[in-house]
Amino acid sequence: MIKEFVLQWPVLRQILHGADGTGSEGMSRRTQNLRPKNEGAKVARSVCPYCAVGCGQLVFHQNGKLISIEGDPESPVSRGRLCPKGADSYELLTHSKRLTKIKYRRPYSKEWEDLDLDKAMEMIADRVWESRERTFVESKDGQSLMQTTAIAHLGGATLDNEENYMIKKLFTGGLGMVCISNQARI
Amino acid sequence: MGRTAFLTDATICIGCKACEVACKEWNEVPDDGMVWSGLSYDNTKALGASTWRHVLFLEQPQIAGPQISDMQNPFRWVFLSDVCKHCANAGCLEACPTGSIVRTEVGSVYVQSDVCNGCGYCVVSCPFGVIDRRPDDGRAFKCTFCYDRQKAGLIPACAKACPTQSIQFGDLDELKQRSKDRVQELQERGYQDARVYDPQETSVAGIHAFFVILGNPEAYNLPPAPEVPTIHLKSAWTSALISAVILIAIVCAAFAF
Amino acid sequence: MPGLGTTYGRGGATTSPKDLLNSDAILIMGSNMAENHPVGFQWVMEAKEKGAQVLHVDPRFSRTSAVANIWVPLRAGSDILFLGALIHYVLENELFFREYVLHYTNASVIIPEDFKDTEDLEGVFSGWNAEKKKYDPKTWLYEGVESEDKDKSASDGGHGQHGADASPDLNRYRQDLTLQHPRCVFQLLKKHFARYTPEMVEEYCGISKAAFLNAAKTYCTASGPEKTGAICYALGWTQHSSGVQMIRCAAILQLLLGNMGRPGGGIMALRGHASIQGSTDVPTLFDILPGYLSMPKFGEESKTLSNYIAKYGARTGWWYNFDKYIVSFLKAYYGEAATPENEFGFNWLPRVTGDHSHQGYWLEMLDGKMDGLFVMGQNPAVAGPNSGMERRGLSKLKWLVVREMVETETASFWYESPEVKRGELRTEEIQTEVFLMPAAGHAEKDGTFTNTQRLLQWREKAVDPPGDSRSENHFVYHLGVLLKEKARRDPRPRNAGLLALTWDYTIEGNHKEPAAEEILQEINGYTVATRELVPGFTALKADGSTACGCWIYSGVFPKPGQNRANERSSKDFHGHGWGFAWPSDRRVIYNRASARPDGKPWSERKKLVWWDESSKKWTGNDVPDFTATKPPDYNPPADAVGDAALAGDKPFILHADGFGWIWVPVGLNDGPLPSHYEPLESPVRNPIYPKRQSNPVANLETRAGNQYATSPDGRFPFVLTTYRLTEHHTAGGMSRTLSHLAELQPEIFCEISLEMARELSITPGQWVTIVTARGAIEAHALVTPRIKTLTIAGKTVYQVGLPYHWGYNGLVKGDVANDLVAISEEPNVRIMETKGLLCNLYRGRRAENAKTISELQTGLGAR
Repeated sequence: MIKEFVLQWPVLRQILHGADGTGSEGMSRRTQNLRPKNEGAKVARSVCPYCAVGCGQLVFHQNGKLISIEGDPESPVSRGRLCPKGADSYELLTHSKRLTKIKYRRPYSKEWEDLDLDKAMEMIADRVWESRERTFVESKDGQSLMQTTAIAHLGGATLDNEENYMIKKLFTGGLGMVCISNQARI
Repeated sequence: MGRTAFLTDATICIGCKACEVACKEWNEVPDDGMVWSGLSYDNTKALGASTWRHVLFLEQPQIAGPQISDMQNPFRWVFLSDVCKHCANAGCLEACPTGSIVRTEVGSVYVQSDVCNGCGYCVVSCPFGVIDRRPDDGRAFKCTFCYDRQKAGLIPACAKACPTQSIQFGDLDELKQRSKDRVQELQERGYQDARVYDPQETSVAGIHAFFVILGNPEAYNLPPAPEVPTIHLKSAWTSALISAVILIAIVCAAFAF
Repeated sequence: MPGLGTTYGRGGATTSPKDLLNSDAILIMGSNMAENHPVGFQWVMEAKEKGAQVLHVDPRFSRTSAVANIWVPLRAGSDILFLGALIHYVLENELFFREYVLHYTNASVIIPEDFKDTEDLEGVFSGWNAEKKKYDPKTWLYEGVESEDKDKSASDGGHGQHGADASPDLNRYRQDLTLQHPRCVFQLLKKHFARYTPEMVEEYCGISKAAFLNAAKTYCTASGPEKTGAICYALGWTQHSSGVQMIRCAAILQLLLGNMGRPGGGIMALRGHASIQGSTDVPTLFDILPGYLSMPKFGEESKTLSNYIAKYGARTGWWYNFDKYIVSFLKAYYGEAATPENEFGFNWLPRVTGDHSHQGYWLEMLDGKMDGLFVMGQNPAVAGPNSGMERRGLSKLKWLVVREMVETETASFWYESPEVKRGELRTEEIQTEVFLMPAAGHAEKDGTFTNTQRLLQWREKAVDPPGDSRSENHFVYHLGVLLKEKARRDPRPRNAGLLALTWDYTIEGNHKEPAAEEILQEINGYTVATRELVPGFTALKADGSTACGCWIYSGVFPKPGQNRANERSSKDFHGHGWGFAWPSDRRVIYNRASARPDGKPWSERKKLVWWDESSKKWTGNDVPDFTATKPPDYNPPADAVGDAALAGDKPFILHADGFGWIWVPVGLNDGPLPSHYEPLESPVRNPIYPKRQSNPVANLETRAGNQYATSPDGRFPFVLTTYRLTEHHTAGGMSRTLSHLAELQPEIFCEISLEMARELSITPGQWVTIVTARGAIEAHALVTPRIKTLTIAGKTVYQVGLPYHWGYNGLVKGDVANDLVAISEEPNVRIMETKGLLCNLYRGRRAENAKTISELQTGLGAR
């Protein structure tokens, strides 16, 4: 062990290697053992969430934590490349200002409060039910109408197909909401 | 491993800055300040301790080149991603007193953050103004050439991300040849002032990150003839010695009288 | 979408960015592709290296222009003049691909006598009802086709299938194959665009004749059997009051040049968000159902399911199968409860009774008529038109649910918006109850995105979302469970649909997520009795034995375990084996047109699919977008229906006549052909139709707070256009909050020309205030030759460019550019105009110019 410790000494290594002290003999343990941080990590194959090119992404993760995100070289769409936004996907998911708790604002209040997830779901279900109940029109001129225009939805271009499907299914197919729109019009 | 290099080609760069971001994400480099510069689309302004890839934006009169634009005074907008040159004879490496800066087996110049003591000697020794100290940290930082990735056979983050492959990574000699071929091809296509920036005749003795540019290197903040400050060592010490001898002689003479 | 949808049959890009490698010329217009689709742009760069000519036509010299072969600057909003002049150029110089045009387009079809063109009526087509401000499109039908009384009501959002809005039997057209008949489409086209000359372009687009002719020659000669050209466009076209018609011009041009369905041809509609294509295919839009089926509108058409099918089905062409798709869709939604007796639950679907689009209902919100709003992954407080009014609208809600990864401007409007900061609204007086719910990010949930080339790609979940963040699937599923429970206790007819909704997905993980794969399987479709997945939409039936959530996606999950969206082995040029493109994994749609009428490729160089005589089917490098066994010389019997009614040389199979539509007989609200109208605010009078300044069918929604400048207007002499930068993403929620992106473009700036800066004594970099009839913002002035000063009709016109990414939250903040934009609606899709407005610009910050702004706004009745 002492021999190991002594042989770590850069000057000694320099003399032994006959070098000038600026090469591998000058490298610390850390440098010698340097490996990419995502080595050995699990990979999830994903798609960039920014624009509509749909670049492939490799999401490296371990033990439930993200490690890094980079391009997927096997994607015929992007060939492993990413633009500045796609390249920042790791920060997108891990930055400190990301919401992790529900923020709730009472009517007329000046501040946010915390709210439990299950409680929030119940409250929202109540709001939906109350608004729908008050404004729902079952029929007009003897014809089925089955609609409420008092509740609306906005959003979809950043959501999954499955999510958009579910939203339309519940909101329109189930609740009769017709005011549904998103970033696309054209 | 052989020596690897970057070839960065301004003629296919679209100025997107994916390289800047990919580098920062991989190397966990902090942001470099949120200040609007007014210099075209370049708010990064320069390489530094927290910017290891920097995209320049040049609006210049178009003196050569085949682009047709309906303008009376045609200009061109050229983009170039600047990076540490990993000089064959590196000023920072020569100046570093702690042995923090080393030459790797792939030919790159690597700063060992666990060794660096923040003395800053490297900062003034770089002829390109690349390396710098981080104010809140104290240590010197610069492009690592993604040494950790290269050790595992991966390519640097910036090269991987670059959408148009303006940044190319590979064997040094191969890329040198490629850069020459590229310039020839460009000139045939009408880009008369295309050239390779790879100063070899100076004391830097060649760089491992060279560029295909249009026009003069000065426009890109690239010194046409960069020198490593240590070339002045001999003459500096000689002058110092001579000065010392003269001074001693004068002092002795003073005492002699 | 209706631009492409009506012309070709489907709304969506017809090819992929990679296919641009096969182009001989690429026209990028209404798009800054290098900026907004950088990785997609790699193919353009490679094409250019291979010798393709890349043209960029745009008001600004952007990052795309920098690398294009040719940049042509044009006045924002004058696109139809330019494109119409290209059409004129092609016709005049006989550069059209004659054989293609004859066989594959309706150029030879004859239009009835009572049709009158805008050239005859000084700017409107026949059928114009000035009082209702809309058209009766009867006279636009083909000669010989029976027309029914189509009630093209104002509630039509323009997304429903194009070609099937017609009960009229378009397949009964009459033709003149010599293209000489004065009322054939070809001749009408010629007459319609006769005045769109290079001189007109020079005077009103600001492009020199020489530059125009050079561009026209460069692009339009990339045509014919051996060459193809592609057109790429984005929101520079769509966000205009005549946006759909701009796209139509390009679509017509591509048909004339014979570029559709061929390698290196087509139209690359560049969409802006990760799954915006998906959000119209599986829509969260008011006027359509999945697969571009129409939402039933209140009235005759929706009295019964068979009325509805009669209206939207077609006797010929692919929409003959309409009934199979709607019935299967209803079965997917309502499951066992949907039976033939109750018309498969058709009456549980609500009816459309008006303009329920974003702008439509937002105005209702402003008038206090709405209770609640869900906003998921969108930020209207920054991205909505007249964003000041958007924020005011939010304050009128009783409750608001925002689902986001960060606290966006929409969520914080009640205490951080400019209206509150200026004292115009007071937090303690805003009643809106707000639930801001954390949402899962893309690597934290399974699911598919559909990208701009119609490709479904699955994303694997890597990690759980943090804290209480959940996916939208989770939210909607569990909300549905709670609401269904309420419905169970209240079994009135209004709740029947909700109770009937199939809602039993497998719940997974400690977060209790519904299995996204099962939802995708439902979208794919299955046989009801056996729950066996269907291989594709040709297996769907109209008798209730199949269920399918979205027929155009059918085939994505044909067998258990075979999630084609998750396939990762690309095996050929077009990427088959990686992901699943709709429809049926066809990568270049309308590819029948890549072969001659006789089935052989137009050329070796441009072959894509062709008829194989020995195996008696279509084969080639892509999945044929055609019935595989229909021979090229197939001649349909007189009484044939559906796809069998289309001959073997008709590539546009969604259309009842199989043609590509140069002339659109049904489906658009503002005309069968595009006409130039000026943007709603313009510095000049319309040179083509002085009596019709702007699109007569566009909706201005003028009211207090949403005023317009006159055209021209001494108070607002400059042209303003808004756009994106590559460093940021739309309303900024995904970029201004991230340090590595925020530092790249930290502050809002506008771009102005050297001449303008000189004239107004503006120092480069200083703060300036930009004012429109809606609002005022401040920005740095970036003075650059990349913004060209134009000369339009003899006078100098300055343009102001403005990126719109900033808001009052995030690491970097700035004024909201969309405060300047008006709420207006293009006639077909109701999109606002952001790309050609009038503004004024003053030195100094907003506070310094407060008096001027106030005077202007008082004069406009703005508040």
